[in-house]
Amino acid sequence: MAVIVDLAIQNAQMLLVLALAPLLTGFVRKVKARLLRRRGPALLQPYRDLLRLSRKEAVLAENASWLFRTIPYLIFATTWVAASLVPTFAAGLMFNWSADLIVITALLGSARFFLALAGMDAGTSFGGIGSSREMMIATLAEPATIMIVFTLALLAGSTQLSVVASFMLSSAVGLRVSLGLALVALVMVAIAENGRIPIDNPATHLELTMVHEAMLLEYSGRHLAVIELAASLKLLLYMSLIVCIFIPWGQAPPRADAGAQLIGVVAYVGKLAAGAALLALFETMVAKMRVFRVSNFLGAALMLGLLGTLLLFVSRSL
Amino acid sequence: MPVVVGLICVGAFLAIAVFAISSSRSKNATAVVYGACLALSLIGLVGALIHLIAEAPDSDIVLPLGLPWIGAHFRVDALAAFFLAVVNLGGAGASLYGIGYGSHESEPQRVLPFFPAFLAGMNLVVLAADAFSFLLGWEFMSLASWALVMSHSREGNNARAGYVYIVMASFGTLALLLAFGLLAGPEGGYAFTAIRAHGASDLRSALVLGLVLLGAGSKAGLAPLHVWLPLAHPAAPSHVSALMSGVMTKVAVYGFVRIVFDLLGAPAWWWGLPVLAIGGGTAALGVLYALMQNDLKRVLAYSTIENIGLIFVALGLSLAFKANGFQAAAALALTAALFHIFNHALFKSVLFFGAGAVLTSTGERRMDRLGGLIHRMPRTSFLFLIACAAASALPPLNGFASEWLVFQAILLSPQLPQWGLKLLVPAVGALLALSAALAAACFVRVFGIVFLGRPRSKAAQDATEVDRWSLGAMGAFAALCVLAGILPGFVIDGVGSVVAAFAGARMPAQTSLQWLSIVPVAQSRSSYNGLLVFLFIAASALLAAYAIHRFASKALRRAPAWDCGYPDASPMTQYSAGSFAQPIRRVFGSFVFRASEHIDMPAPGDMRPAHFKMELHDLAWELIYTPITRVVSWTAERLNALQFLTIRVYLSLVFFALVFLLLALAVWP
Repeated sequence: MAVIVDLAIQNAQMLLVLALAPLLTGFVRKVKARLLRRRGPALLQPYRDLLRLSRKEAVLAENASWLFRTIPYLIFATTWVAASLVPTFAAGLMFNWSADLIVITALLGSARFFLALAGMDAGTSFGGIGSSREMMIATLAEPATIMIVFTLALLAGSTQLSVVASFMLSSAVGLRVSLGLALVALVMVAIAENGRIPIDNPATHLELTMVHEAMLLEYSGRHLAVIELAASLKLLLYMSLIVCIFIPWGQAPPRADAGAQLIGVVAYVGKLAAGAALLALFETMVAKMRVFRVSNFLGAALMLGLLGTLLLFVSRSL
Repeated sequence: MPVVVGLICVGAFLAIAVFAISSSRSKNATAVVYGACLALSLIGLVGALIHLIAEAPDSDIVLPLGLPWIGAHFRVDALAAFFLAVVNLGGAGASLYGIGYGSHESEPQRVLPFFPAFLAGMNLVVLAADAFSFLLGWEFMSLASWALVMSHSREGNNARAGYVYIVMASFGTLALLLAFGLLAGPEGGYAFTAIRAHGASDLRSALVLGLVLLGAGSKAGLAPLHVWLPLAHPAAPSHVSALMSGVMTKVAVYGFVRIVFDLLGAPAWWWGLPVLAIGGGTAALGVLYALMQNDLKRVLAYSTIENIGLIFVALGLSLAFKANGFQAAAALALTAALFHIFNHALFKSVLFFGAGAVLTSTGERRMDRLGGLIHRMPRTSFLFLIACAAASALPPLNGFASEWLVFQAILLSPQLPQWGLKLLVPAVGALLALSAALAAACFVRVFGIVFLGRPRSKAAQDATEVDRWSLGAMGAFAALCVLAGILPGFVIDGVGSVVAAFAGARMPAQTSLQWLSIVPVAQSRSSYNGLLVFLFIAASALLAAYAIHRFASKALRRAPAWDCGYPDASPMTQYSAGSFAQPIRRVFGSFVFRASEHIDMPAPGDMRPAHFKMELHDLAWELIYTPITRVVSWTAERLNALQFLTIRVYLSLVFFALVFLLLALAVWP
């Protein structure tokens, strides 16, 4: 019986993240538009976009290979698997022992690896520009993530996300310098990884500083729909990760009853909404960076992560 | 495996070499020689695997060869069996590949005799159980591979590559010779059992550690002794490059492990410091160099340097843990090192085989002349992609599994009491994370430029798929990469007896865990399951593909690339190897390579072409090797004067030398 409940909760979480992801993107866009005193597209617009795209004919570049058509599914699969390993409304995911935070980081790295390859497949200059910049950003963002993982793992005694989450809920946490550093670094990495302002502008095409959109330039129809969904999933994943590690309150404990689960869902949605509003506010307040300033931004994140780890190597109590 | 089987294999390899000298001009010689090498390597591989898995007792033999008062000692213990397995696995793959690839060889008589000799040398190093046989095998391996590097000595810079290689190889052997001299002590106990028995003092073991880092490190490619490697490995025929990169560097690691973990006795805590620092630096530097290269095989050679760095970091961690008595952690780090040795041998072989396939069908190694090969060489490109993903440490492939173990070992290191280690280990961890991310960028660049996009030259346009032997070798190794990635527990358990012998403990038995997960240490709450991750990814990808094909439009149309409305017909407008690396060069290069870019843009109306020039400095050459060569040539020039003296001066020189030596003897206490 317990196995069936666990499986149900696992599946519910997987479907929940899939269903919520476009809504989150739509919500960020809406709040951003309101902050700019525009009315903005409807909240459900991302769903309509996905539906419209999937019904359209896909146009492939003449030189595109089989890899180009396979990659959208690979990106979606790796991102979805990573997203379903992050606890959302309930802790104690059934398969959490199969992969830890390092694996989640590496799964997102795989998605990026394939996306960058897709950018180079058609043999256009815009695709190449996107891929090369994305990999440059990744060379700093990924080690920064690993250092954040180290910080958390040294505190919790495990790289397993469920262990980290339950440690953060326990009273043993307290206020720590290293955790503060890790939070700041993780937010910086999340901004960069999702291609938000000031690193990249998700709302623009045809701009020389674009990164993520440049790699997608040759995609259309159903392939584009799958990649867009994966991009929304990634945003949701990072928000869930920050929420689950640093604001775990309200999350249903493992094997909780239905009431606790319901509270968990409400708390989770509320936290996501707050996070999305903060993201929109931040994005309207800052200007986009030149692409070669990105290394300073992410270098700072890497140093913060390293500092957090170093502090914990020096003393467990920092 | 009984040591006799190994020695018979070595003898048979040498017999094939002799046979190849006499018959290499005949038509079937290529197939016969490589076929025989394949069979022998498989015998060696199976024997070594049985020894390893059955945890058979050590087997040794003393032959009345070599120096008369020592004899030639040979021994197969767990460590030797593991490395024999790696050597013969790589040898079998390279031989299989060689059956197809070797038929394109223009001068087979310059390759065929040395290939089996090279395999014999590597086997001999691992089998040896006394300093003399070890060094003999080591030199044999170096010289055979040198001959293979020189097999196309008239092409390009190969002659220089061979020269640098032979100088560095001699230097490495000299360092090892001195190390063994120190280990043997004044009594001259050169057998490994004798060395183990009498141990070494602190000062002497410090000297030996330094000399081994120089000797084995230069062969393995530790920075800054790596300079020969990216010259020599690409110069050899591709299957030999695969052997040199995938296997010979591992034999060098074997030398390091044998001396430092085995012969030198119990480690002091600070032994880990230089190994960790050099390893971390090598990993990051190697991959940064790889990103700056345009020659496909040279990129792969630099990537080998990165992986060697990772292996040495794991070895350094193991030393530090062992010295402090944390046996479980030492076992974890040593397992990670051995696992990565195995993994790197697999994926680097596939990568070099793929580079050889590209070279065969296009005649090009310059990435800026390739492109679009995925359409013309679909099978090669698929297998190459798997190896690229494994080398970039993507889950669920094998490169990730071993890297995960290294990270878990790093996470255990706050318990180390020494401050030097406490401060060094996190920094090394950051370097490893950085080099993993850079490796991903490096392999996106390699695959994207060579196999994707549009062909940049006529040669790339007319490429065809390679023969079945080559594809078979690549396919078998790529399949092993996937298998070792999704079932890492079997490899970890397989090396258990090696780890138990040198770390004092072994990792918890992995294959008995539920769902074949792996855990780093017994009481750990971290685990990783490659099989499930693989199944999850496959299931969700298939689910997504099914849903899309069931519910979405199936219409598909081919059209010219969109490219933001600015498509350019010339394939030269694509991103090239140089332009792909430009952002990374800007971020890291100004510091590591003192990179500078010069742009000469003519004013409007001026008709001369614009120029872009990029300058990179190889600091290892400029700061270390150039000054040394300058000193050597200056000294040689001065000493040259001694060649043209009169007989009287020579006689007086001899006389004074004699007086000096006698005085020295008299003064010596």
